[in-house]
Amino acid sequence: MAELLRTHPLEGWTTRFERLPDTVRITVEPYVAMVDVRLAPVGAEASAALGVDLPTTPGTWVPAGAGRAVWLGPDEWLLTSTTEAPEELEARVRAAVAGLGGSATDVSAQRIGLRLTGARVRDVLVKGCSIDLHPRVFGRGSSAQTLLGQAGVVLLALSDAGDDVLVLVRSSFAGYLADWLLDAALEFTPTPDR
Amino acid sequence: MQLIACPWCGPREEVEFHYGGQAHVPYPDSPAELSDEEWALYVFFRDNTKGRFAERWNHTTGCRRWFNAIRDTTTYRFESVYRLDDPKPPVTELARSRRSTAP
Amino acid sequence: MSPPFRTASGGRIDRATAVEFIFDGQTLTGHPGDTLASALLAHGRHQVATSITLGRSRGIAAAWAEDPGGLVQVEEPFPEPMLLATTVELFDGLVAHGLPGQGRLADVPDSARYDAVHHHVDVLVVGAGPAGLAAALTAARAGARVALVDEQSEAGGSLLSGTERLDDAPALEWVAAAVAELAGSPEVLHLQRTTAFGSYDDGFVLALERRTDHLGAAAPRHVSRQRVWRIRARSVVVATGAHERPVVFADNDRPGTMLAGAARTFLHRYGVLPGRAAVVFTTNDSAYDTALDLSRAGVHVQAVVDARPEGSPRRREECEAAGIRLLPGAVVTGTQGVERVTHALVAPFADGAVGAGSAIACDLLLVSGGWNPAVHLYSQARGRLRYDEVLGAFLPGERLDGLTVAGSAAGVLDLAGCLADGRRGARAALTALGITPAADDRLPAAPESAVPTAPLVLWRVPDTSGADGSTSFVDLQRDATVADIARAIGAGLRSIEHVKRYTTIGTAHDQGKTSGVLTSGITAELLGIPVQDTGTTTFRPPYTPVAFAALAGRDRGRLFDPERVTALHEWHVAAGAVFEDVGQWKRPRYYPRPGEDMAAAVLRECAAARTGVGILDGSTLGKIDVQGPDAAVLLDRLYTNMMSSLKVGSVRYGVMCGVDGMVIDDGTVLRLAEDRFLVLTTTGGAAKVLDWMEEWVQTEWPDLRVHCTSVTEQWVTLPVVGPRSRDVVGAVFPGVDVSAEAFPFMTWRDTSLEGVPVRLARISFSGELAYEVYVNPWYAVAVWQRLLEAGRPHGITPYGTETMHVLRAEKGYPIIGQDTDGTVTPHDLGMAWAVSKKKPDFIGKRSFARPANADPLRKQLVGLLPVDRETVLPEGSQVVEFLADGELPPPPVPMLGHVTSSYRSAELARPFALALVRGGRERIGETVHVPVDGTLVPAEVTGSVLVDPEGARRDG
Repeated sequence: MAELLRTHPLEGWTTRFERLPDTVRITVEPYVAMVDVRLAPVGAEASAALGVDLPTTPGTWVPAGAGRAVWLGPDEWLLTSTTEAPEELEARVRAAVAGLGGSATDVSAQRIGLRLTGARVRDVLVKGCSIDLHPRVFGRGSSAQTLLGQAGVVLLALSDAGDDVLVLVRSSFAGYLADWLLDAALEFTPTPDR
Repeated sequence: MQLIACPWCGPREEVEFHYGGQAHVPYPDSPAELSDEEWALYVFFRDNTKGRFAERWNHTTGCRRWFNAIRDTTTYRFESVYRLDDPKPPVTELARSRRSTAP
Repeated sequence: MSPPFRTASGGRIDRATAVEFIFDGQTLTGHPGDTLASALLAHGRHQVATSITLGRSRGIAAAWAEDPGGLVQVEEPFPEPMLLATTVELFDGLVAHGLPGQGRLADVPDSARYDAVHHHVDVLVVGAGPAGLAAALTAARAGARVALVDEQSEAGGSLLSGTERLDDAPALEWVAAAVAELAGSPEVLHLQRTTAFGSYDDGFVLALERRTDHLGAAAPRHVSRQRVWRIRARSVVVATGAHERPVVFADNDRPGTMLAGAARTFLHRYGVLPGRAAVVFTTNDSAYDTALDLSRAGVHVQAVVDARPEGSPRRREECEAAGIRLLPGAVVTGTQGVERVTHALVAPFADGAVGAGSAIACDLLLVSGGWNPAVHLYSQARGRLRYDEVLGAFLPGERLDGLTVAGSAAGVLDLAGCLADGRRGARAALTALGITPAADDRLPAAPESAVPTAPLVLWRVPDTSGADGSTSFVDLQRDATVADIARAIGAGLRSIEHVKRYTTIGTAHDQGKTSGVLTSGITAELLGIPVQDTGTTTFRPPYTPVAFAALAGRDRGRLFDPERVTALHEWHVAAGAVFEDVGQWKRPRYYPRPGEDMAAAVLRECAAARTGVGILDGSTLGKIDVQGPDAAVLLDRLYTNMMSSLKVGSVRYGVMCGVDGMVIDDGTVLRLAEDRFLVLTTTGGAAKVLDWMEEWVQTEWPDLRVHCTSVTEQWVTLPVVGPRSRDVVGAVFPGVDVSAEAFPFMTWRDTSLEGVPVRLARISFSGELAYEVYVNPWYAVAVWQRLLEAGRPHGITPYGTETMHVLRAEKGYPIIGQDTDGTVTPHDLGMAWAVSKKKPDFIGKRSFARPANADPLRKQLVGLLPVDRETVLPEGSQVVEFLADGELPPPPVPMLGHVTSSYRSAELARPFALALVRGGRERIGETVHVPVDGTLVPAEVTGSVLVDPEGARRDG
């Protein structure tokens, strides 16, 4: 594997994230391989080739091996893998779907992931997200592509209690969103960071 | 802030969408065979309907799918949304406004 | 020591705690629970302001947001203009003064925080009075998600102002129990100090919560001062109560004149006597409560003046028992006094005629002309109002889907009725949502209330002899009078909307809460038409004023507009780059060395790229992965030139047009495989081109087996540019033969760097020998540094967008959107070579055959060389032409076109420009003129390619 230095757009934010209280934890997700899959229609053949039943209900995600399959559109998914290199994942998925008229594109670096955990996560997100995040509506397995502040995001609910959410955001917006989240969490931070 | 019901993602705030003009205006089969006037009609002219109007929308910040909608241009109310492969609903009755008939 | 007008006991104030404040330079005291208005009244102070146009004294005329008189400027803790004394909660350290007409904006930045929160509910109840509480309890007990918002500091609504009883106990005990029950319901959000100020489509209601205003300097700084709640409710119950309406008469603006219900509020809620000797002027029964309560509290009620012929027979006995003189069939025609009312002028009133009057001494004149339901939110939601002749009020006229009006906002004016109506409203909302109301939704029993005597609808006291209505104020804040309405009608205006705009009535801070319906009534009267024909003016948000800071919320400073940055941003910052905004991107514009200005830095950077080697962060370029068996078909249809003939491993420049044949973007296309292309777009065109492709694929050609995916941020793009670029790229990627033969211009090769995939492409946006390096941004810093290291012996020079622009302009490469607008074809750019003649069709092709596109006088892209070899023509300058005899034509001078790009060139050792010029290619060699700061600068027209027109360097 690569020995080249890897950098992350939010390296400069680590200290500020560490100062957050347990009620709003922000953790930068490690880099994972991500592939944008386009395929229609989805059938047993595709499931067999990919090793996962791609979710067909809008606004959902399912575990997929060492990763996830996230619904992005009626013929579009985001497949992630924590064990494969980006180019390996793309090659494997492309081989599986190309024959079915589908496509697979490595988008591992398009977005970065921020994991938000704690009792106040929902209170932070509702400051800039217009969709209903009530746990009854947005429980584990839900996903949404929407706006958080002024950044387009993909939200994945990882728990049923609304206290564990993965936010995927375009890498170039990472700094904006990190600032936005820190600012939104300020009122829950015991020693205000001003 | 109106809600627009994406046929896939459900109701979302209107800022998540982009307007795409009149629906059911297909690209001509053989542009080369059209007169200048016929081509200009396709390129430059659209209906400006008062009332029920079939138009295109794109859920830009969501699933990025295009869909069609029947919207009343006087009340802004969306009466229906339908996928591109659905047939165009008949445009017959007048808009059902937000007002009920009962007092 | 208690201030003189404070009662000995009672009220909702915390008498044990004293609060000190300064008003008009005078230090005064009050209590928590007071408003600034109640504290001032406790000190006997009515007059707080002077009016804006006439400079008349104005006082506190109501007890809440409907007050048209008591405007103050707050100075501490933070300067805020035009607040109502009645809505400013008192806190320690408050400094304010009465407004001399106009307020003053703060000249220091507001350091408070403001934010917004989205909230979704089944039922939103606006107003926590009897009807609202009943509605909220009903909805909460059914298990619905509920929000209850109320503008006051505590729940209770009208119950806070009176002595009503429920279930044989003080009504406020029930209020406390209801609030506790709601607090115990997990799905209920209950917000006080929260004003629903706008109701919009699809159950969207905006509410402003004043979170820390009442804490003064003690407000925690990390908590937002005010919050905008963006509430999305499946159903809304509007229980916003009613505003008391005054009756207009001469000099009705004199301080000491107040709405009758307000006096009752000051007495019961704040423990304040608003005067010692009161005259009560009414047209309905409700003011009798005030008269009797004040009398019991020790105020001498001189008379109740009731405009109705019989007054209120049912209240007569009570008045007699209290020793209050009742004057039925009488009106107040005017007031006397200087800065405070000293006398009310009272006269008999029968059949619309006013008799001879007399003066009654008083320091308080209370007025009630009936009640206007607060229908604002209903009306904003496009509900139509109907006029109720009995109440003399406009009521909700029809049911709206998803919005119910309940309680006195719907014209129900008794307590039992309001409770029942609140429950009815909530039940209707629940049923519509498919939620079953709870079996037990008991409400407290209110004492049976007697049927009141019908009110008299009286908008104004008719003119007594000599009065012209010029001191009969309709809108106190705008100093607008009955005479002004008469003048508007005299000017021919009939529509109430026109009367409003002519007189400015209802356009002040209070938005006509007391004046609006009066204007309708008086206008109707003057026109001799029924008031229902006049109607009301349109109710628009906000219901009460909202600070811009609150609307801006957290979208300020760094969060105002997202800044997009590339993976190399930190490096650029450390290198001292000066940044440029390109859309939301921050891109290095140039990297000045000590002592360099932009011109010097750019000349140096250009020279390096033309003679040695330069390097650019081009990561913001749009990138789209186009995949599928029909990928080439799609690109053939969208580009003007042929893409299907492109070989795998090769690159082609392409132009994209709209159906109108005008250029919308350009870029290069790499064929990665038979069924796969990488499309590169301009930075600004990235999202637009992807959307354009998706639009055609989804809406027109769903049968094409092709998919388009954005990979803009999947790859950083690092152009290494200049004669030495081959040495640098060859050194960093030894696995690639970078020779011209093995790796020619417009081809690409894949390689890797320590296992990381890298793509190299011979693409040149500078006209120089150049290699673009593509790599996953995770490794951008590492690869960038390797390139810099390898380039050090060659003096590698990082350059920014300004140099990029100069280099491309010297080569005549247009920037779409800068050198073009929506009216430029590929032919106009001199790119006929990029327009396929073989393809039967592509987007835009048919439009090229339109006659207008064959006009030889179309504007075409050309180069301009200022003859003085010195002037940098400002971009956007017009290009003009002399007449044949050398004279400038008379104005308007015909324009030939305009300068689109203009720079200094290191290579040419002179400034140059690109311009769109009418019939430009025919003019090559001619001299045109460009006005610059009043001087005509001659410029030679040239071809657009000024450097290496043969392309020898690029191909090298």
